[in-house]
Amino acid sequence: MKFNLKVWRQKNAKDQGKLVDYTIDNINADMSFLEMVDVLNDELVRKGEDPIAFDHDCREGICGMCSMYISGRAHGPQHAATTCQLYMRSFKDGDTIYVEPWRAKAFPVIKDLVTDRSAFDRIIAAGGFVSVNTGQAQDANALPVEKADAEKAMDAAACIGCGACVAACPNGAAMLFVSAKISQLALFPQGQPERNTRAINMVNQMDEEGFGNCTNIGACEAECPKEIKLTNIARMNRDYLAASLISE
Amino acid sequence: MSTLNSKIPPGPLAEKWSYYKEHAKLVNPANKRKLEVIVVGTGLAGASAAATLAELGYQVKAFCFQDSPRRAHSIAAQGGINAAKNYKNDGDSVYRLFYDTIKGGDFRAREGNVYRLADVSRNIIDQCVAQGVPFARDYGGLLDNRSFGGAQVSRTFYARGQTGQQLLLGAYGALERQVGLGNVKMYSRHEMLELVKIDGKARGIIAKNLVTGELERHFGHAVLLCTGGYGNVFFLSTNAMGSNVTAAWKAHKQGAYFGNPCYTQIHPTCIPVTGDYQSKLTLMSESLRNDGRVWVPKTKEDAKAIREGKKKPEDIKEEDRDYYLERKYPSFGNLCPRDIASRAAKEACDDGRGIVPSGFGVFLDFGDAIKRLGVEVVKARYGELFPMYQNITNEDPLKTPMKIYPAVHYTMGGLWVDYELMTSIPGCYALGEANFSDHGANRLGASALMQGLADGYFVIPYTIGNYLSSEIFTKSIPTDHPAFAEAENAVKERTQKLLSIKGKRTVDDFHKALGKIMWEYCGMARTAEGLTKARKMIQDLRKEFWSDVNVPGTINEFNPELDKAGRVADFIELGELMVVDALNRNESCGGHFRVEYQDQGEAKRDDENYRYVAAWEFKGVDADPVLHKEDLVYENIQLQVRSYK
Amino acid sequence: MTNSAIFKSSVGKKALMGVTGLFLITFLVIHCSINAMIFLNDGGETFKKWGSFMGTNPIIRTMEIVLVAGFLVHIVDGLLLWKQNRDARPVKYAMNSANANSTWYSRSMGLLGTLLLIFLVIHTAHFWIPNRMQQGLTHWHNEIDLYGKMLEVFQNPVIVAIYIFGCVSLFWHLLHGFKSAFQSLGLNHTKYNSAIGWAGTAFSIVVPAIFALMPVSIYLGWIK
Repeated sequence: MKFNLKVWRQKNAKDQGKLVDYTIDNINADMSFLEMVDVLNDELVRKGEDPIAFDHDCREGICGMCSMYISGRAHGPQHAATTCQLYMRSFKDGDTIYVEPWRAKAFPVIKDLVTDRSAFDRIIAAGGFVSVNTGQAQDANALPVEKADAEKAMDAAACIGCGACVAACPNGAAMLFVSAKISQLALFPQGQPERNTRAINMVNQMDEEGFGNCTNIGACEAECPKEIKLTNIARMNRDYLAASLISE
Repeated sequence: MSTLNSKIPPGPLAEKWSYYKEHAKLVNPANKRKLEVIVVGTGLAGASAAATLAELGYQVKAFCFQDSPRRAHSIAAQGGINAAKNYKNDGDSVYRLFYDTIKGGDFRAREGNVYRLADVSRNIIDQCVAQGVPFARDYGGLLDNRSFGGAQVSRTFYARGQTGQQLLLGAYGALERQVGLGNVKMYSRHEMLELVKIDGKARGIIAKNLVTGELERHFGHAVLLCTGGYGNVFFLSTNAMGSNVTAAWKAHKQGAYFGNPCYTQIHPTCIPVTGDYQSKLTLMSESLRNDGRVWVPKTKEDAKAIREGKKKPEDIKEEDRDYYLERKYPSFGNLCPRDIASRAAKEACDDGRGIVPSGFGVFLDFGDAIKRLGVEVVKARYGELFPMYQNITNEDPLKTPMKIYPAVHYTMGGLWVDYELMTSIPGCYALGEANFSDHGANRLGASALMQGLADGYFVIPYTIGNYLSSEIFTKSIPTDHPAFAEAENAVKERTQKLLSIKGKRTVDDFHKALGKIMWEYCGMARTAEGLTKARKMIQDLRKEFWSDVNVPGTINEFNPELDKAGRVADFIELGELMVVDALNRNESCGGHFRVEYQDQGEAKRDDENYRYVAAWEFKGVDADPVLHKEDLVYENIQLQVRSYK
Repeated sequence: MTNSAIFKSSVGKKALMGVTGLFLITFLVIHCSINAMIFLNDGGETFKKWGSFMGTNPIIRTMEIVLVAGFLVHIVDGLLLWKQNRDARPVKYAMNSANANSTWYSRSMGLLGTLLLIFLVIHTAHFWIPNRMQQGLTHWHNEIDLYGKMLEVFQNPVIVAIYIFGCVSLFWHLLHGFKSAFQSLGLNHTKYNSAIGWAGTAFSIVVPAIFALMPVSIYLGWIK
């Protein structure tokens, strides 16, 4: 297969950056998208050019590191898949493919397709945990959890923190990410003591980072590789409003 | 050669850890605040250690090369975590978990460590549940368990197929909490490139800021290496692309012994290699072997026809199929341990009966399970796995058998540590997969997560105090100390060397070449002849690397190729040590199979001569490493031939 | 946290959009019901009766102030959100296939809202403003003949077209806004989501359709 690529190249955070055209040939349909970029990079290195910088690590869809905006879609055209799980058979021979970094004020570009997503870490540091020191825990089965709640919590906990929700959202909002963590802990008895402060602190940190506001468009849910649901955002709204209005 | 002291506490097996804890020296809270600890790596071991030590009051600096501590490769573990909770009332106990782990490790692990691991396994589950880790539950709301990796009791806790992710996110949350409280300073996109020693003790690291390329000096009263395994020495493995040995290797070159480097776990259920472009191998959870039946055709002709696409698996009649695991190991069948299942697949393929075009692949067939349980049940049971397989291979495992082949998955070897997890450099610790300690020659399924968290949450917080209690008068050493300058210069020189070669071959070229040598000669079956040959090949490759590698770009920028080059350089040196170790170990055990030492195809241990940990001391790149032995003393169990027949 | 901080937060701002949006929806129900009295075709008798009740009852007139405030908050908050959201992505994508993951109207609430604002100015300039001007502060019963005014205004095909266009904008705005308000307020429940969705769609079709039918019917002479 042969492809025309338009790849965002940007030397560093200060550089203006631009789309650069590449043509790549002899691509196997069973290659993953990242392997295709590997092949291109190999060619670039051999030609003495600077290879394309991109984030990637586990290459099995769980670490959340890979993050490309491919032909106008976060992680490309395939549903419920990360960039590393996207295979070239999803494209037609001869296609022109745009490859851009996540675009958000809160995710500044470091180089080429690599962005700084440390804002997510700071949001978690603001409250995405249960404050329990090691060694204080009671027996695990002393806290039964209704199976349905445990399942919902797991659905939310499946978030890999890749930032596709922010990238896909026309508003650059991070609410799907934040609400997934708030929901997971709100559904467990362990999460109750800090439920109010958690919602307030995490939302405040999210706002401070410069993410946009949710207008319930649903692009995040549609593009999330782990299929995190919008119901989590509703739960976060509920918790946040209750915490702000009712708790003393 | 010397004999190593593992500092196992005295007393009966079950009381050793209690004895240790009761006698270990403590550091008072006021002093803890003055002590700085460096944690390299933020996987299960690193994140849990950093969080716990910060909770205790130490000043912690944590480092990871990824963009966030949450991305460490522990996240990819699918199956589960073992714990001797005996919630199922099926006869499990700490002793049984201990015994299974020792036996699973082919009697090459240390009794004291493994018993402690089994003991604290129960606390891990309590801790994780308290953190809000969403383990699977039954309808009564209590925790569910499954049997995993050939265990005869159900002791594995799991969170769908994402147990590693959930446990890591729990530890990551605890870590970020301490970051938020100001007790941990987190350095993401930083890679440790040198260990700094002052007066023989580990006192800090040189880390590279991967974004700017700047080298930074960091002081610590102790340094914890929680940097995972080195499976990527094989190029193709189930490890993440960035997983590397560099931090551990730097410590090794500074004097930390490397234990049992040749013990490599090859996981039987991975998706076979399809092409040269392939960058990694994907593991399919071991749980698939609960219902899937492994087979190849009985005849080479049928296998050839399948390889060439002339026949389909459905065309092979039942009586013409060889369900070789069921045939060879009737009592465990498809559920026999990983090393055994892997080697059996290799044998079938070496016999010319592989079923993928490359010849290296066998079937994992759900046909019978579907007949027995119905499509819906099978689909529900392996919910995430089947679509994942289909996405990668474009084949539906409900319609045609899966194709699998073993791939490198885990390395039991690692930095040698004593009972306190301290390496042979005072003040330098190794936790989790980075150390060699608990799995012997082969790791059982669902034990890696257990070990990483045991080390980080429950072992190091006690053992580090025993060391740091004597460091309370050591003031923070300013990083303009000559030892830091010297270490930084060494890193600089090496980096400049890499960039100045400007040869013809890319870093990946060399990595692939190394991987091929390792897989061919130091993979599932090893011979003295092959290993001798491999050592020479690796030495040649190393020389070629340092004269012909092409690393683009400069030092002071985000330059992943340069980072990769440094890692591959270390892998090449490690590869040689693995071969040396494999050559030294004239026996077959667990993940180390020497063709010369077998009994009708089964691994043949030599307990008389090789019942020891081989801990290697670095003497220079061109010099032979020196072997130190730690004798394994078994006071509580009888050594026996590991049989799964 | 103080209650004022709520409305500075992202969640608070969208909740405010939701609350004011739902409030304006209740206004639409009343406005629509009363105006629909013209379809009785009784020469505006019923319409006038209800209309003058609305224009002269002190409670309703007090509520009118709240209504205006509701409009203003909805508009100002909406513009604020629009600006913040635009700033959250300083560099746009060169290629963006937004239609693959969302509907155009959900992404265009700002645009639809602006169109509605323009329509609102035109609409109030036709009826509400002249009426209140004539009433002044004290002569509440001195209302203009709103029915006659309607018959007069809707003879102009351009104005009728503008009104239809306004109703179409309202349809799209409601189609997203109705459901969205519930989501923003956290009123999302798997058991009731489909009912809310159904009600939202029905409401967005029925109310703007009735409104649009008014100028059309008058223009075509069905109502005299």
